[in-house]
Amino acid sequence: MYDFTYDKPGSLADAVKLLSDDMDAKALAGGQTFIPVLKQRLNRPSRVVDLAKLGLSGITVSGDKVTIGAMTTHATIASSAEIKAKIPGLQHQASLIGDEAVRHRGTMGGSLANNDPAACYPSAVLALGGTIKTDRRSIPADEFFQGMFTTALEQGEIITSIELPIPEKSAYEKFRNPASRYAIVGVFVAKFPSGVRLAITGAGQGGVFRHTEFEKALSANFSPDAIAGIKTPADGLNSDIHASAEYRAHLVNVVARRAVAKAG
Amino acid sequence: MGFEGIGASVRRREDVRFLSGKGNYTDDINRPGQLYAFIVRADRPHARIDGIDTAEAEKAPGVVRVFTGADMAAENLGGLPCGWQIHNQDGSPMAEPPHPVLAVGKVRHVGDPVAVVIAETRQEAKNAAELIEIRYTDLPAVASLTDAVAAGAPEVHDGVAGNICYDWVIGDKATVDAVFAKADRVVKLELTNNRLIPNAMEPRAAIGDFDTSSGDFTLYTTSQNPHVIRLLMGAFVLHIPENKLRVVAPDVGGGFGSKIYHYAEEAIVTWAAGKVRRPVKWTAERSESFMSDAHGRDHVSTAEMALDKEGHFLGLRITTLANMGAYLSTFAPCVPTYLYATLLAGVYKTPVIYCNVKAVFTNTVPVDAYRGAGRPEATYLLERLVDVIAHDTGIDKVELRRKNFIPADAFPYQTPVALQYDSGDYQTTLKVALANADWNGFEARRAEAKARGKLRGIGISTYLEACGIAPSAVVGSLGARAGLYEVANIRVHPTGSVTVFTGTHSHGQGHETTLAQLVVDQLGVPLSQVEVVHGDTAKIPFGMGTYGSRSLAVGGSAMVKAMDKIIAKGKKIAAHLMEASVQDIEFKDGSFRVAGTDKAKALHEISLAAYVPHNYPIEELEPGLDETAFYDPKNFTFPGGCHIAEVEIDPETGVVEMVNFTAVDDVGRVVNPMIVEGQVQGGVAQGIGQALLESALYDPHGQLLSGSYMDYTMPRANDIPAMSVATENTMCTHNPLGSKGCGEVGAIGSPPAVINAVVDALKDHGVRHLDMPATAPKLWSIIQAAQPRLAAE
Repeated sequence: MYDFTYDKPGSLADAVKLLSDDMDAKALAGGQTFIPVLKQRLNRPSRVVDLAKLGLSGITVSGDKVTIGAMTTHATIASSAEIKAKIPGLQHQASLIGDEAVRHRGTMGGSLANNDPAACYPSAVLALGGTIKTDRRSIPADEFFQGMFTTALEQGEIITSIELPIPEKSAYEKFRNPASRYAIVGVFVAKFPSGVRLAITGAGQGGVFRHTEFEKALSANFSPDAIAGIKTPADGLNSDIHASAEYRAHLVNVVARRAVAKAG
Repeated sequence: MGFEGIGASVRRREDVRFLSGKGNYTDDINRPGQLYAFIVRADRPHARIDGIDTAEAEKAPGVVRVFTGADMAAENLGGLPCGWQIHNQDGSPMAEPPHPVLAVGKVRHVGDPVAVVIAETRQEAKNAAELIEIRYTDLPAVASLTDAVAAGAPEVHDGVAGNICYDWVIGDKATVDAVFAKADRVVKLELTNNRLIPNAMEPRAAIGDFDTSSGDFTLYTTSQNPHVIRLLMGAFVLHIPENKLRVVAPDVGGGFGSKIYHYAEEAIVTWAAGKVRRPVKWTAERSESFMSDAHGRDHVSTAEMALDKEGHFLGLRITTLANMGAYLSTFAPCVPTYLYATLLAGVYKTPVIYCNVKAVFTNTVPVDAYRGAGRPEATYLLERLVDVIAHDTGIDKVELRRKNFIPADAFPYQTPVALQYDSGDYQTTLKVALANADWNGFEARRAEAKARGKLRGIGISTYLEACGIAPSAVVGSLGARAGLYEVANIRVHPTGSVTVFTGTHSHGQGHETTLAQLVVDQLGVPLSQVEVVHGDTAKIPFGMGTYGSRSLAVGGSAMVKAMDKIIAKGKKIAAHLMEASVQDIEFKDGSFRVAGTDKAKALHEISLAAYVPHNYPIEELEPGLDETAFYDPKNFTFPGGCHIAEVEIDPETGVVEMVNFTAVDDVGRVVNPMIVEGQVQGGVAQGIGQALLESALYDPHGQLLSGSYMDYTMPRANDIPAMSVATENTMCTHNPLGSKGCGEVGAIGSPPAVINAVVDALKDHGVRHLDMPATAPKLWSIIQAAQPRLAAE
């Protein structure tokens, strides 16, 4: 990696200031994507601001929502009895990210801020209709994800927590890239009294997206059969050496049905 | 101490240090004043180098020197040599274009080394490398075999017409054609053997060290054969005599063949260390491994079998294109010839065989031996072809194999493709494997899977391989530029403990345990008093290293011979001490006894007498108990056996799950059954990787698409089923241990078993053959395409 200045501020305000004052500064959360990127010299930040000392980790459940601190690791989420009880799909999803080492360093906030088109969490947050809380505002999930590696975050804006409404049912199903174990297609389905929300990661060229046709059909009849006949066009889906757009389009249906079946 | 000799599953002694992080690998070694090398590599597959400007890099912080190919050429250094010469069918030698250590004039594959920066730190070397300006003119490139041999294809090397390195044949075409002309039936199959990247856990590394007082060079390197590296690099590249060059291969974390070869980086750091008069270290980053370690496999073949009405094999006719990559790696030419075509009889009594192999240059990383080397390619071709014959003729695939097997009473058996098999019993390994796999119960399992919506298939492979490499005169006559004997020095110390100096090299196989067990067995010394030393040319005699499953069959045999000498000398000393005739001395369980008496001397008493020769037959016998033996095998060894794979395919996604794997191998005498089981498991895991997951992909223009673990699919633990591994052994008849070798059988026998199982699972989908790897999207497409036909039925 290239040389950079390293800071580990003790307050959110200090972190925001360090990041806002320098257009080439980058925030470091768990570093499970960022550190490899630095090692490959694909990014050349002037300053790296480590968020580890801001007290941003932890899980709280209150009323109808779960709040997860941005620096909470995948391992913490995967092993949380509360998450498992309230949003089993999220607990399962966290357990499928990376490997043990990655899960013990990688954070939910870091993953969301990066918005990798094949990452898992964006599908949960979007399907659950969550809210991304930052140092300065609350951003609804429907506005947060703005395409591949692009989010609504401003320069220097730091995610502090993620608020997730507790659904009646939830499930995540992941069809893994056999090499990287990222999602070729990942489907998160959440059933609320108001209806069903379903988000797909890994498949779309623009990153995570909601499948409104599936949502409509499942809101009427929450069963795999309800969506069995709904074809997803291959246009706009990713195509690479691991899966063509046509194969992904097919998998979207298979994986969604399996997610619905799992949600029960 | 319990039983520790031949046949004991002694725990691997080396694992304590490996598993506790105390292994001493090349990158763990740091020399005083050490500098770091970073190698600038071609980012394009084929280009003319119009100029290299290193001025800015040389001024960068921490930089000591920058070298290019021109600097090496100015000193008249040699290129990287090729250790095997193949002749064309017209008798002329193969094309052997130069292989400069650092590119001169042109780059020929992505990853080709162009320049090296030597700096105080790795970081500074890397920073400076970015300041080197290389002006290229891109040239058209070829990556695939079919593109490279097409008319008008770009030439990888000037003057190598049609990119053909050699056009080689074995067998008589006219004879074989005549058999085909009269055959009742001919079954034909076209297939590819996918290119693989070895991916040893430890990336390659090398440290060049120059002693300014003595002028001696030392190279620490991740090698399977330090003496071979010393010979090749010293004699052919850097022109350093053996007495001034030491090569150390310390703990090495996996090789699978990829660490046999003499690589550019070894020569670069050694030469550079002499230039800058300080140690120079290079350690590959993983992405460098992908583009600079020799790749494996990469064949395209057409195979035809001539048959009579009953399905007896009458003749086999094969043409193969084999990818050499951009340059000839050390042993590349022998892989698709003498390690491939000579195996095409397999376990079958096919009377005539003809094979034509064209080795082809492409703008890709050089291809060389990788776990099995040629034999997996032969086995895959043959065992797929046999299944396709069963498919086309309707003959049961097990029956077809049985009726064509070389019978157990036919050994020694001379094949039509040069090899003479010494022993084997293919009916028995087949019978036991069928029983262990519950072959007869398969249809019930298929039906049960179908009820769950899964397509279940079973596949069999009855294979043979040749290892225990190799009789020197034989391989010499076939083009090898090296001997392939092995050497052992057995040093019995004054108090009776033993150090073994072996020319073989352990890079994960467990030699420190297995070889020590031979000493326990033959000399009766407890395992705790035996040390095995390998991997340092300053310590061990000139040996050839480890590959081709040769360490036990050849290296172990050298140990037996050396220990025979120890015992013979010990008897003379014992006879003197006990005032008996040498003919009356027996050696058993670590004691020299006078036959028929209770007079005995333990080995440690004899060794003490040998080193403290006060009462000693000094007139007739030298002091000491330290013997060396060189063992040149009389023949190859021929492990074989039967592998059975069982898979389930999810028809909705095309995902294959390996559900069962059964291996019954004939590896000859087994020294450590636990280590054999582990070797077979590891080989099978690699075979499953090739069959289902792994593929080194280039785009048509030579860019490596699968250049990281994000895109190159390694098998993981959950891709591999719990497997049933057993042996049914016949003894090798020509080496003193009877051992054949077990290192490669798993990778050789398993890929066709897996693909045969996948094809069997898809038999209702009109599948006759599919190429490796059987990935989910590939199978999904096949299943999709068959849907209209299945619906119509």
